Amino acid sequence: MVSFTLNGQERSFDGDPDTPLLWVIRDAEKLTGTKYGCGIAQCGACTVHVDGMTRRSCITPVSTLEGSSVTTIEGLEGPEAKAVQAAWTAIDVPQCGYCQSGQIMSAVSLLQMNPTPSDADIDGAMAGNICRCATYQRIRQAIHDASDTMEG
Amino acid sequence: MGIHDLTPASIRPSRRAFLTGAGLVIGMTLAPKGFARAEDLGAIQADVQNEAAAAFNAFVRIAPDSTVTVLSKHIEFGQGPYTGLTTLVAEELDADWSQMRVEAAPADDDIYKNLAFGLQGTGGSTAIANSYEQMRKAGATARAMLVAAAADEWGVPSEEIAVSNGTISHKASGKSSDFGSLASKAATMDVPSEPALKDPKNFVLIGKDRPKLDTPAKVDGTAIFTLDIQLDGMLVAVVAHPEHFGATVARFDDTRARQVPGVVDVKQIPQGIAVYGENTFAALKGRSMLDVEWDLSQAETRSSEEIFEDYIARAKSDEAIEAANQGDVAANLNQDGLRTIEATMRFPFLAHAPMEPLDAVLVRREDGSIDCYNGAQFPGQDKAAISDVCGVDPANVRVNTQYAGGSFGRRAQFGSPYMREAAEVFKASGMTRPVKHMWTREDDIRGGFYRPIYVHTLKGALDAEGNIVAWDQAIVGQSIMNKDDIDSTSVEGASDSPYQIENRRVMSVNTGLPVPILWWRSVGHTHTAFAVETFLDQLLEEGGKDPVEGRLALLPKGSRERGVLVKVAEMAGFKGGTPPEGRAWGVAVHKSFSTYVAEIAEVSIGEDGGPTVHRVWCAVDCGVAVNPNIIKAQMEGGIGYGLGAILYDEIALGEGGGVVQSNFHDYRSLRISEMPEVQVAVIASSQPPTGVGEPGVPPIGPAVANAWRRLTGQAVERLPIVPARSAGA
Repeated sequence: MVSFTLNGQERSFDGDPDTPLLWVIRDAEKLTGTKYGCGIAQCGACTVHVDGMTRRSCITPVSTLEGSSVTTIEGLEGPEAKAVQAAWTAIDVPQCGYCQSGQIMSAVSLLQMNPTPSDADIDGAMAGNICRCATYQRIRQAIHDASDTMEG
Repeated sequence: MGIHDLTPASIRPSRRAFLTGAGLVIGMTLAPKGFARAEDLGAIQADVQNEAAAAFNAFVRIAPDSTVTVLSKHIEFGQGPYTGLTTLVAEELDADWSQMRVEAAPADDDIYKNLAFGLQGTGGSTAIANSYEQMRKAGATARAMLVAAAADEWGVPSEEIAVSNGTISHKASGKSSDFGSLASKAATMDVPSEPALKDPKNFVLIGKDRPKLDTPAKVDGTAIFTLDIQLDGMLVAVVAHPEHFGATVARFDDTRARQVPGVVDVKQIPQGIAVYGENTFAALKGRSMLDVEWDLSQAETRSSEEIFEDYIARAKSDEAIEAANQGDVAANLNQDGLRTIEATMRFPFLAHAPMEPLDAVLVRREDGSIDCYNGAQFPGQDKAAISDVCGVDPANVRVNTQYAGGSFGRRAQFGSPYMREAAEVFKASGMTRPVKHMWTREDDIRGGFYRPIYVHTLKGALDAEGNIVAWDQAIVGQSIMNKDDIDSTSVEGASDSPYQIENRRVMSVNTGLPVPILWWRSVGHTHTAFAVETFLDQLLEEGGKDPVEGRLALLPKGSRERGVLVKVAEMAGFKGGTPPEGRAWGVAVHKSFSTYVAEIAEVSIGEDGGPTVHRVWCAVDCGVAVNPNIIKAQMEGGIGYGLGAILYDEIALGEGGGVVQSNFHDYRSLRISEMPEVQVAVIASSQPPTGVGEPGVPPIGPAVANAWRRLTGQAVERLPIVPARSAGA
C-alpha cells in the first residue's frame, strides 16, 4: 500500500508496487490527461510534477512515491500555469495535441524556476518532450509569451 | 426531396445519449461541381443526434440554443479539418463563429465519403480540397431553410430577409430571430437543390485566421483520445508480435504470464499472442513473461544492406518499366564533349511513429451490436474489418471516431490490418467485456507498415555551357499500391517533374518483400523530391548555374513553382545576399498534392559534425487560403517532421532480418533544440484550395542536403544524413 497526494487529494494504491505512476494515474485514478508515448522516459508525454519537479511518470514506480505530492495536468494551477495555458491557446500551439499535456507540465515547471528563460533555457528544459507534429516553434513562442504576461 | 421518419442504426453514433424522439432524414443532393457523378447524387441521410437539435443535412445540426454543430467527415489529428470544415459551413450559413461546434461524423462510406477517394477517409491532403464546395453547400442549404422558415413565420418575402453573424432579420417589419428559435421549423422546409454560394469577395470567415476549435481541450488535458476511453469492466490487451516480418507462432508457453497478478487470459491470434489484463501494467508485464518460439520459414531474413544491394543491381535490369520518357536519353548521355554525373541514392524504411501508438476500444452491446472507439482514418474500412472478424453485420458495427495522436499516414490502411488485429483480440476474448487493445512504442517502431526502402540511380549530362541535356533516373522499391505496372506512388514527383529537360527518362522497378509498407506523410514525394531536387542542384552547380535562377530557367513560364520559388528567394534575401559566416543556403521547390512549396534552409556544421539547421524560409501556394494560420502551422510541422527523418531516422533490418530500432532512443524524433526558425509566406490565390498536411515535407530534405553539399562538398546520397545519431551513438 502506497499513500500519496494526487492533485491535492490523499490517495492510496494497493496494486503491484512496480506499477509505474503513469498507469496508476490513468488506470486506477482515471485521469487521462497524462499520456503514454514511449514507456522509457524518451518522449515526455507522461510528464507530471512530483513534489514540484517534473517527473517522467512512465518510469516512476508507484512504490517510490510514499508521502509524495503528485500534480497532473488536471490539477495544474498557479500563475505560471494560467500564463502558459493562455499563451498556448492564443497562438494555437497544439496540432494532434497528444503530447501537449506533457509539454505544458514541462513549460510550467520551467517558468516556476526561471520566469524569464532564454531560447537556450527553453531548449534545455523542453528537449525531453517530443512533439511528432513538430509544434516546437510555437512552443518556444508561447513560453516567451507566457513569461511576458507574467512580467507584465 | 422528402422528409421521412427513420433513423438508420448504421449511422447512429452511440456515444451520446440521444434519440428520444424521431429522427429526421432529409433527402438532398450535396455534390460539388467537378466531383459530381451520378453515384454521388444519392440521398444524403441525416439523423437527429440529440434530443432537440435539428438536422438540416448530414453535416449540419442546429440546437434550440442556436449552437451549430458540424459533423466532420474527416478525422482531426492535427491538420485542422475540424476547424476548416466548420469555417466553410459557418461562412455560407452566416453564423457567428462563437456558435459553431464540431463533432466526428459516424462511419459511412456513402454519406461521408471523401469525394476524392469514393470512400470515407482522410489523407492525401484532401480534406479541405474535397470539402470546399460540399461544406459550403451544406451551410448555404441550412441558411436557405432558415430563411424560408422565417419568411413563412413572419409572412414576408424570403428575398427581403438578411442573415448576418447568426441573426436572421427582416428590416421592413423589424423582425429578427436567432437560429435556434427557427431551427426545428427550418429543418422541415424544402431543401434547395442548388443554393447560391457566396462570391469569394464577400467572404467573412474564409481567408482569415481563426482559433482552432480543438485547442482548448488540448491545452487543459480534457481532449479524449482512444487511449483515454474508459469503460466499466474493460480489459487492456497487448499482443506479442514476431521480430521478423512474415514470421508466425511455432509454439508458446504462457505459464509465467498467467502468474502475473491482474493477467486475465492469454490467447493465440493470427497476429501473435494476446495477453489480457485488468489494467495496462498487468498486460504489459504478462506479455514480457511470455515464452514464444517463432517460425521463420516464410519470414524476411535479409538485412537492409542486402536489400539495398539487391535494389541497386536491379535498377539497370530489364525489370525496369518506363514511367516517363522524352527525347532520346541514351543518345544524349553519350555524346562527345558532355560531362556526366552519376548518383546512387539510398532511402531507408521509415516508421511514422505518431505520438499515440495504434489503439482501439471494442465493446459488444446487449443487442449484439459492436461499438468501436478509435482514431479512424478510414472508418468504413475499420467497420468492415470488425464486421468480418467478429462475424457481426456491418449495420451493427459503429465506429466512433476519436481524436488521434497523429497519424502521418499510419492509420489509413485498405483492409485495416491493425483493426483486424484489434478485432481478433476482442473476438478471442469472448467479447463479454470491453477490450482496449493498444500497441506500445516498441510495437509501433517494430511493427512494419513503413515508408518503403527505395534506391534511385541517376545520371545527368551537361554541355559545354553547363546546360542539362539529359537526365536518366531509375527508382527501385516496393509498390505501395501493390501494382505490377507503374505505381504512381513510387514515381510521383519524378515522372511528372516540371523541369524542362529535353531528354529525360524515369524508369521504375517494383520489388516484392514480406515487409509491410505504407504511405508516409507525402508518400512518393518523400524520396522523389529529394532525388530530383538534390541531383538537379548538383547539376546546376557543376554547370555554373545559380540554384534559384537555374531552376527558374527550367520551369515553364507562369508555373506556380516559379511563384513560390521567387517568393522564397525574396524572403531569404537570396539574390545578392550571402548566408552568415560558416553557413550555407540550400534551395528546393516541389509540388505535391497540387500544392506548391519552396523552401530555403540555412545550415552549418554542428558540434557533432552533422548539419545544424538554423533557419528555413518557406513559400506555399495552396490556392484559396481558408485559414492562413493553420497553413503556416502545417508548413512548420511538415518541415520539422521531414527534418527529423532526413537527419536521423532509419528503420534498419539487421543481420538476419530483425528490426534494429525499438523506441525513440534509437528512432530519433526532432527535438525542440533542433527545430529551426521557420518563416512561412502564403501566396494569395483565387484557385480552388488544395491540401497542406503533407506538402511542407518534401522540400526540406533536399533543401538541407543542398546546403550541406555547398558547405562540405559532400553530396548526400544516403539517408539519414546522421546515421551515427540514428543508431543511438
